[in-house]
Amino acid sequence: MLDYLLEGLVALTIVGGAVFTLIGSIGLLRLQDVFQRMHAPTKATTIGTGLILVASSLTTWLAHRELSLHEVLVALLLFVSAPVSAYMISRVALQQGLRTREGSSADAPRPPDGEDR
Amino acid sequence: MLDLAVLIGVALICLSMLIVLVRALRGPTLPDRILALDTLYVNAIGLIILLGISDRDQIHFEAAILIALIGFVGTVALAKFALRRDVME
Repeated sequence: MLDYLLEGLVALTIVGGAVFTLIGSIGLLRLQDVFQRMHAPTKATTIGTGLILVASSLTTWLAHRELSLHEVLVALLLFVSAPVSAYMISRVALQQGLRTREGSSADAPRPPDGEDR
Repeated sequence: MLDLAVLIGVALICLSMLIVLVRALRGPTLPDRILALDTLYVNAIGLIILLGISDRDQIHFEAAILIALIGFVGTVALAKFALRRDVME
């Protein structure tokens, strides 16, 4: 009975993680400029992959009655590297002189005279 | 139930990788393309972990760790190259 519930939880976690990943990608496609697009993949996609890793760890518990630590390693690597790569990419965007769109509430520098890139 | 969930998850992540590929090909600026490639490797890790869940073995984690490491190094190298036209200093 408990195993059945746990299997349902794993299924829910897998689908939830995949939905979060899809939301991150849709955000990457639909948002307006680089500084807005930075948000979607670095947060939603990382959480989605993290949920799938949790599901994988629970699956190992279902099969062998032991928690595996490989997932923790992958999750740690992802959670440490995602902010660093987002920081590097935003530095590239700033150095290339990209600006936020007119009327955006973001914190990045505004276009000086209505120039829109 | 688990097999159906894995099937749905694989379908959703494949759709998401296609969307990211559209941004990587279209992306008006260089940071957009680097960001899309970064997202693409994170999605690939999720896909490989789902494959590991459906096959019920441990060997896929080695591939996932390798992709995570090499993807991160690749993103940082691309960003450094775009910043300075030079990867190592």
